[in-house]
Amino acid sequence: MRDLYHRFGPGLATVFLSLVLVWLAAMVLAPNLMMIDYALRPNLPPAQQGGPLDVRSLDNVLYLANEGVHRAIFFKTVWASALVAGLTLIVCYPIAFWMAQRATPGQLSIALMLVIIPFFINEVLRTLAWFILLAYRGPLNAVLLNLGVIDAPIRWQGDGGVLAGMVYAYILFMLLPIYNAIESLDKSQIEAARDLGASTVRTHRRIVIPHAKAGIATGCVFTFMLAAGSYVAPALLGSPGSRWFTEIIYNWFFEGGDWNRGAAYALTLLVLCLAVVLVTLRLFRVNLTDVAK
Amino acid sequence: MSHSVELDGIGMTFGTTRAVSDVSFTVQAGEFFSILGPSGCGKTTILRMIAGFLEPTEGRVLIGGRDMRGLGPNQRPTAMIFQSLALFPLMPVWENIAFGLEARGMGRTDRRRRADDLLRLIALEGYGDRMPGELSGGQRQRVAIARALAVEPGVLLLDEPLSALDLKLRQHMRAELRDLQKRTGVTFIYITHDQSEALAMSDRVAVMSNGLLQQTATPRALYDNPATPFVARFVGETNAIGGRISAIGDGMARVDTAMGPLHGRADRHLAIGQGATLYVRPEALVPGAGRNVLSAQVERVDFEGAFAMVHGRFANGAALAAAVPSTRLAEAPAPGSRASFSFAPEHAVVLADA
Repeated sequence: MRDLYHRFGPGLATVFLSLVLVWLAAMVLAPNLMMIDYALRPNLPPAQQGGPLDVRSLDNVLYLANEGVHRAIFFKTVWASALVAGLTLIVCYPIAFWMAQRATPGQLSIALMLVIIPFFINEVLRTLAWFILLAYRGPLNAVLLNLGVIDAPIRWQGDGGVLAGMVYAYILFMLLPIYNAIESLDKSQIEAARDLGASTVRTHRRIVIPHAKAGIATGCVFTFMLAAGSYVAPALLGSPGSRWFTEIIYNWFFEGGDWNRGAAYALTLLVLCLAVVLVTLRLFRVNLTDVAK
Repeated sequence: MSHSVELDGIGMTFGTTRAVSDVSFTVQAGEFFSILGPSGCGKTTILRMIAGFLEPTEGRVLIGGRDMRGLGPNQRPTAMIFQSLALFPLMPVWENIAFGLEARGMGRTDRRRRADDLLRLIALEGYGDRMPGELSGGQRQRVAIARALAVEPGVLLLDEPLSALDLKLRQHMRAELRDLQKRTGVTFIYITHDQSEALAMSDRVAVMSNGLLQQTATPRALYDNPATPFVARFVGETNAIGGRISAIGDGMARVDTAMGPLHGRADRHLAIGQGATLYVRPEALVPGAGRNVLSAQVERVDFEGAFAMVHGRFANGAALAAAVPSTRLAEAPAPGSRASFSFAPEHAVVLADA
């Protein structure tokens, strides 16, 4: 703060600070406070709003707790998001390790291009590409049929499709933090472990993973939050049996017209995501500030 | 159990670069052996081939008589001490030391006991639960040695491990390394570009240049009887005076130079009329006239404590360096004067020009 004032002078620094504060208050704090307010109030016709029935309660949250289908979808969304984070980690860790420790500079820039270029395209279009790939009469089934791996086309859309689409969509958010973390590991540490007789598994378990812990936690937290809040992938790649909690929230707002219940649902998801993130960080013994880096 | 190491015509090519060509030498079991050379001479490549991080493109590496082809670094009876030491910063000191034992499946209590034994050996008893970052440079150095010794290697490979230390500590660690090697009896192969380190510590030294082995000899023989012009110039300081052989006999040779005929010990491969260079050490030059006389214009005299180094130029522009002991400082010529130095023929070596 003092640094800011020192560098830009009192006038400009005050302008910057107030812009940030206004932004935080108007774009972050106010909507969330409004959402909390909505969540606590009943859904009433305009005439009765502010009347004797308009009292704050936890009814909307309790509705979710007592509604079996929604509750099941809620918990499924949470563990499926954790699964997405886990799968993305499994996919990204070897790639990140290879990029950080094994690849030549040429290979590294090609790999980075291959990973980053798809992100020049909007998430909806990227997911649409998977929609086409996984379609019942789409290329994946055609290839597998021609190779003789399957006898009849498979309906990929559903849980599998959603997982595949999300893992693909969030690769970058997992890959880059882990790559950054492993990149700073001195190669001779790995060589020393090998020289002392450690197997590949032990070298990773004892040397590489502890070193990359903050990066792994960061990637998992990002991916989990993005997955839990994702709407496009489940909407395009899912089936009626693989509904995501965000779809339910969407429905309350735009189909059911019950903003209050929608807000309560969204709030519950937010609180649970925060809890999962904080517990994960505690388990990894990583600080929030490490993640922010 | 220490092992011998035999390199049998090994070579290493990276793409189109030839890093090491046809190097052969044998290190005896229990020997302190150094590989000395300027950076980029291929010495680290040789060490990495012995450790198993690189597979030679030609030749064989034998450790304890066994061909090591196809064996990775985790399967060889060698342990390496890296230039950066490569201690594991997230593990306490004792776990660092016991890491190799952990990899061999030893139980936790036995590992701890073994680590404590080794901490005693390196005089760091009670430091087991500290983190490597809390230790000083010299202490970290010793932990790296203990970690390598924990797996009871037949050969210890050291890649310039003292280069990060300051001079005083380096000299202390030299003595400590030498002492540790004597006590454990493990074969040490030590890489360095610092010739005084190599001369002071080693039983024998191999000198390398541009991927080629120049000479393998005891430190004394290396200094007194360099086999190639590179060794003569690289190991210790020397005065090189070029000329042509005019007489050979009785192990001595006469070289006709711009400063007149000079005599020195002869290499076997000399022939009359051949271009050759006479090498004479600064400390072999004595102020005053004699049989082999060099005269030069004195440019400056640097007092270095035990001796004063006289720097000058010969008539043909080549540099002269002569060391005058402090006890005879009065005889040292003054800067700006013309001075003569003589030397005994047995203190000079004549080598054919490459």
